[in-house]
Amino acid sequence: MSSTQPVLAAPPPMMARGLERPAERRRLRGAELRWAIAFVAPYVAVFLAFVVYPFGYALWMAGKPALYAELFADPLYLTTLVNTALFVGFGVNVKMFLALLLSGFFLRRRWWIRALLVPFILPWLIATAQACVSFHWMLIGQYGLLDGLLLALFGIDGPIWFNDRALALGANIAAYIWKWMPFWTVIFIGARMTIPRDVYDAAEVDGATGVRRFVHVTFPLLANLYLVCTLVSTLWTLGDFTTVYLVSAAAPGQSTHVLATLGYHYAFGLAKPALGVAAVMSAVPVLIPIAIVLMRRAQTSEVQL
Amino acid sequence: MSATASLGRPGRRRYRLRPALVEAGSVILGAALLIWSLLPIYNMFLIALDPEEGEIEFDGNLWPPEPSLEGFRAAVTQEARYLEDFWHQFGNSVYIGVATMALTVLIGSLASFAVGRMRLSKASLLTNSALLTYAIPASLLIVPYYGIMHTYGLSDNLWAVIAAQVTFATPFAIIILQLYSKLIPFELDDAARVDGASAPQVYLRIYLPLMTPALAVVALYALLLAWNDYLYQAVLLSVRHMTLSITQGQLLVDVDAAWNAMMAAGILYALPPVVLLFALRRYVAASLTMAEVDS
Repeated sequence: MSSTQPVLAAPPPMMARGLERPAERRRLRGAELRWAIAFVAPYVAVFLAFVVYPFGYALWMAGKPALYAELFADPLYLTTLVNTALFVGFGVNVKMFLALLLSGFFLRRRWWIRALLVPFILPWLIATAQACVSFHWMLIGQYGLLDGLLLALFGIDGPIWFNDRALALGANIAAYIWKWMPFWTVIFIGARMTIPRDVYDAAEVDGATGVRRFVHVTFPLLANLYLVCTLVSTLWTLGDFTTVYLVSAAAPGQSTHVLATLGYHYAFGLAKPALGVAAVMSAVPVLIPIAIVLMRRAQTSEVQL
Repeated sequence: MSATASLGRPGRRRYRLRPALVEAGSVILGAALLIWSLLPIYNMFLIALDPEEGEIEFDGNLWPPEPSLEGFRAAVTQEARYLEDFWHQFGNSVYIGVATMALTVLIGSLASFAVGRMRLSKASLLTNSALLTYAIPASLLIVPYYGIMHTYGLSDNLWAVIAAQVTFATPFAIIILQLYSKLIPFELDDAARVDGASAPQVYLRIYLPLMTPALAVVALYALLLAWNDYLYQAVLLSVRHMTLSITQGQLLVDVDAAWNAMMAAGILYALPPVVLLFALRRYVAASLTMAEVDS
């Protein structure tokens, strides 16, 4: 190994120690310990300065009970809670389930299905803000592409999407699914590829094909992964700001906010930063159990399905 | 498929019909997916290629009546409104992205080397802190960040955004690098130690070269995180230090903006990640599954 040669040229005193007490190798001391601390120090500094401090600051800001009384008295907050539940509920579950099904579709051995994967993952590769702005323009008023298409193909006068709360909410969810479904599909494709071929062969001998094979063979094998991915995706969706901010921009009349955009609206629109933090912090009771489950999974399971 | 047909004795007629139906279904699904995936992207080009400026021109157009590259020209030559500083803003975005990438790789690899390869006691504490940070959505901390950046003297500074992005990219980096480094045999480190290599020498000569694929993925992840960020750049930066990511938000505010040029700028901004990901797709495909399965 050429890389160790300069080291060999000048053997430092540590060498002897390493040979003398191999059993002691596990305990760091002296220069080694100092190096280890030096290596960890930048991360610890970032963690303290940019995670612990802001999070503590947020808890302190959102600590007054009066803030929550104010929140629950605000109908906008209650609407937002419903919106967030819908956005996360549909945005995560529809996306994950479709991604799981589509991962099977993309593994069919046809050249054109392979080729289709390229345009399919483009939404994930495109920068988020730009994609959201395009979604917004596609749906705006009668000028948008979608209403143009509806008129040209079916002769339907399309709705004004952002004048209706349900449609605007649906547009946000659709844009979110559009953006992130490719990513999860790729994850599931990778996972399906690790399922050994003979598992399927055995299932075929037992007569399990098509839907039954999916229900009794594929899904049980992927269930653990599916759960972990769903939880991770729930965290991400709960924190998603860009989609709602740029697609519906909370229209009509602030009625399609989610917690992340409402916090922003309170803090920077209405200049009530403490209320904004309190609104956002009300997601923490949902975050903590998910984080705990994920940490358990990460500790117990190595790379496996 | 052929094995299915020969085995399916009870429902023979069904199996003869099925391949054709499945094939037809696949084609329909494929077409639907193609339209679904490309429609918003097509819409970007539809607006960008429209020659007129500043008015609502594309009322229900399905294709640009007179396609022109005027929008792209106006964006690149900085003539359009909001795009007077196109290249400066592009530069800011690149600066944030590259700095985030470099710092994430550096901090993440140093920490995971110490934890994974140096048998630091209480190492699990660090891994757990990374996992915990990974579970906090970045957008929830934006208001306190606004406050603390002022305390740190970083208000309206590109480094405020970089610090935030590094904070949220490093946990992922540590998780990935920890997973990947388990594939590298400890005997390599031990051999170097016996030869008298110090910790930094093992890090530089053994750890970093062998970790290159994982480092590439971490670098890409950090770059994309910064490139896709909207919230932190919008809140922490003023007009003076604007990036291309937030300029797009102006489209929604001002009806008089030159939509074609803004969309052209958006396409120019959206392209680099696509090119980069296709260039590095082998690395990404391999470790994406590995990472996400475990985290």
